[in-house]
Amino acid sequence: MSAVLAVDRLSKAFGGVQAVQGVSFVLGEGELLAMIGPNGAGKTTCFNMVNGQLAPDSGSVRIGGADTVGRPPRDIWRMGVGRTFQITATFASMTVRENVQMALISHRRRLASLWTRAASLYRDEADRLLERVGIREQAERACSVLAYGDLKRVELAVALANEPRLLLMDEPTAGMAPKERITLMELVGQIVRERRIAVLYTEHDMDVVFGHADRVIVLDRGRLIASGTGDEVREDPQVRQVYLGSRGHG
Amino acid sequence: MTSIVVQFLNGLAGASTLFLIAVGLSLIFGVTRIVNFAHGSLYMLGIYIAYSAVGAFGAAGALGFWGAILAAAFAVGLFGALVEVLILRRIYQAPELFQLLATFALVLMVKDFVLWAWGPEDLLGPRAPGLDGAVTILGQRFPEYDLFMIAVGPVVLGLLWLLLNRTRWGTLVRAATQDREMVGALGVNQKWLFTGVFALGACLAGLGGALQVPREPAQLFLDLTAIADAFVIVVVGGMGSIPGAFLAALIIGEVKAFCIGLGNVTLLGVEVSFSKLTLVIEFIVMAIVLVVRPWGLLGRPQAAQRAAPTHIEPPLRAAPRGLAAGAAVLALVLAALPLTGAAYTVVLMTDILIFALFAASLHFIMGPAGMVSFGHAAYFGLGAYGAGLLLLRAGAPMEVALAAGPLAAALGAAVFGWFCVRLAGVYFAMLTLAFAQIGWSVVFQWDSFTGGSNGLVGVWPAAWLASKSAFYLFALVLCGAGLAALRRILFSPFGYALRAGRDSPLRCDAIGIDIKRLQWAAFTLVGAFAGIAGALYAFSKGSVSPDVMAIPRSVDALVMVLLGGVQTLAGPAVGAAALTWLQDTIARNTEYWQSLLGATILVIVLAFPQGIVGSLSRLGGRTEAE
Repeated sequence: MSAVLAVDRLSKAFGGVQAVQGVSFVLGEGELLAMIGPNGAGKTTCFNMVNGQLAPDSGSVRIGGADTVGRPPRDIWRMGVGRTFQITATFASMTVRENVQMALISHRRRLASLWTRAASLYRDEADRLLERVGIREQAERACSVLAYGDLKRVELAVALANEPRLLLMDEPTAGMAPKERITLMELVGQIVRERRIAVLYTEHDMDVVFGHADRVIVLDRGRLIASGTGDEVREDPQVRQVYLGSRGHG
Repeated sequence: MTSIVVQFLNGLAGASTLFLIAVGLSLIFGVTRIVNFAHGSLYMLGIYIAYSAVGAFGAAGALGFWGAILAAAFAVGLFGALVEVLILRRIYQAPELFQLLATFALVLMVKDFVLWAWGPEDLLGPRAPGLDGAVTILGQRFPEYDLFMIAVGPVVLGLLWLLLNRTRWGTLVRAATQDREMVGALGVNQKWLFTGVFALGACLAGLGGALQVPREPAQLFLDLTAIADAFVIVVVGGMGSIPGAFLAALIIGEVKAFCIGLGNVTLLGVEVSFSKLTLVIEFIVMAIVLVVRPWGLLGRPQAAQRAAPTHIEPPLRAAPRGLAAGAAVLALVLAALPLTGAAYTVVLMTDILIFALFAASLHFIMGPAGMVSFGHAAYFGLGAYGAGLLLLRAGAPMEVALAAGPLAAALGAAVFGWFCVRLAGVYFAMLTLAFAQIGWSVVFQWDSFTGGSNGLVGVWPAAWLASKSAFYLFALVLCGAGLAALRRILFSPFGYALRAGRDSPLRCDAIGIDIKRLQWAAFTLVGAFAGIAGALYAFSKGSVSPDVMAIPRSVDALVMVLLGGVQTLAGPAVGAAALTWLQDTIARNTEYWQSLLGATILVIVLAFPQGIVGSLSRLGGRTEAE
């Protein structure tokens, strides 16, 4: 299995606080990797170094073998990385279809075109993506009037538009009802397996973590303390200590 | 050496004045988040009221004089409180742009009030009793009053510090500057806090004006010069930071003083008049600071506002089937206008067409791209001057000059835009205003090339466009094509990407869109369109004056867009027609048309936040209700 994402000894400090310290992991094709940890463990910092929003102090991030450190998120996207956000980020004044078309237009480098009608570009392709995530019938509606769960699906369709090899999902089910969470994650699971996409996601909901991830990594105070399958991580004494308190009291 | 010391002292005296003007603006912005465009008008009111007050009971003794100064400051403070209660209170929740426009309406009304009450002549007050002499510093005479002014700045800074740090009211003001929602949530009556802050800020501006009475004459243009200065100081120092305003006032005051001191210097064989550069230099300082530290020297990055966007635009819909036919009919009707023989109407309609294109070019970046420019007249002016200069100075034929206008404008927009797109919101608005003001100062002061305040005369079109009707038809074709092109571009991937950048910069970055670059391209593009309008305007009037790129022209464009509605595509043209016609009609009937325009703006802002076309289409229920 070749590594889609390889993170090596990544470190970042804010002022005197070491937010992430020497974190390394790899992620292969078609694999779902959940990154968990208590509040302040460094998940978001780690995540933002992978997606390019933050520059690490040291260490490297390789996507498909190419170093991404120092590149802005938009370049990293062109290397085949799709993203969804904890709080959905869509274009509110556009329809659902147009949101996907926007990503397709950018992917095909047609942004500087001044004369074509954007709404007629890659329409069928956009509809196929919407079909895949189950909101084809809402294509004509404005994103500003969509239910939150549907917005998450729009983001997923947008993230798939550049045929990514890696999906970065920051709390993919945050703000959703429990039942919706399971359906969304099942959908993500199907899509990434059929397209051989690697997924890195952070999550607070333990059902979503242990029910859907192939592997789990656990961060605590900036360090990677455990890595393995759901069961392995669940049984890990260090993880139990972090989540349940020290053994003496637990 | 001697002159350096004296220049330095001059700089300090100037800095005190600048600080007094700016500190109130900064204070008001910090708490209410309102950028008070009328702050310069408050300063101007201060100087006029003080002039009259000193005349009434001050000439005799020191007590009367200083009493008159303080009374003027107090009166302006009271006026500020009144304005806050009657107008601003209603628009704290409105978009920033509307707040700026409402305060600009006040600028217009105050100006006409001053014209009505004091007349158009410059009024110079008496010298201050007890401080009317001069002292000798290193062999040079230096006015005593300026020494007093040097002390005023630090004293006011100290008193403000005591007020903000040693009183309960001050604590509340500081808390509100940090987080006004939280202060509200803690049960503090924000209404009176805001009124108090606004009154204090107005009082300081009034004091700044009143203290100028012995130094400079009261003049009608002081409001816009003062507000431009105040914007620069506040932006350089950091919005909402009082020590920042002081530091910035010091820097700008000194830079200006030394520019005047340098006078004419020959650099690399070119004679550069530094004393004339004073207007430009402060804006250059500001541009540099904004690029290096976008939030000002002592300011902090703006906290994210918690308020949700007031109204999200509905998606663009393809034109209804009737639209193309309707546009064709309209074009035919307009083309037939000269047949009626109404000469005056033809001239007015030419103006309307030109301003429709100008307003549409502003709307393009303001609405879909979300970049509210307060200096769009710069590109209108560059178009006009570019065309006029090429015709007069290089003897180019009209057709070539006309084509050069938009090129000059696009070039200017590319240079200025490179700086501007790095900023957002209020800072973007201020930087665009600053660049427009630089352009204005250059054409205003460069007598030998641009004709200075007289401008360029004899900018007439070629023979085939000499008749008003022919020129009208020519303008109809060019402006019609321009409007159609702008509309077409809005529906293109480029136009969509700009809207995407306005809606969610985060998402843009995550799908590979380099939004700053596209915004820069858009800024340059609309600069060219504004330039076409400007070049046409020059040839329609036969002359170009610095007014074409002054602040009021930029504001006119904003009003046109708002009249029509930011979220509509036909809006700018309708707004341009409405405003141009209104100005023409009012100006012919009254001397005080500016205050009527101001009142109109206030009504629009308070009653129709969606603009005319926006409100109509809302009535028609075309937005998806859910």
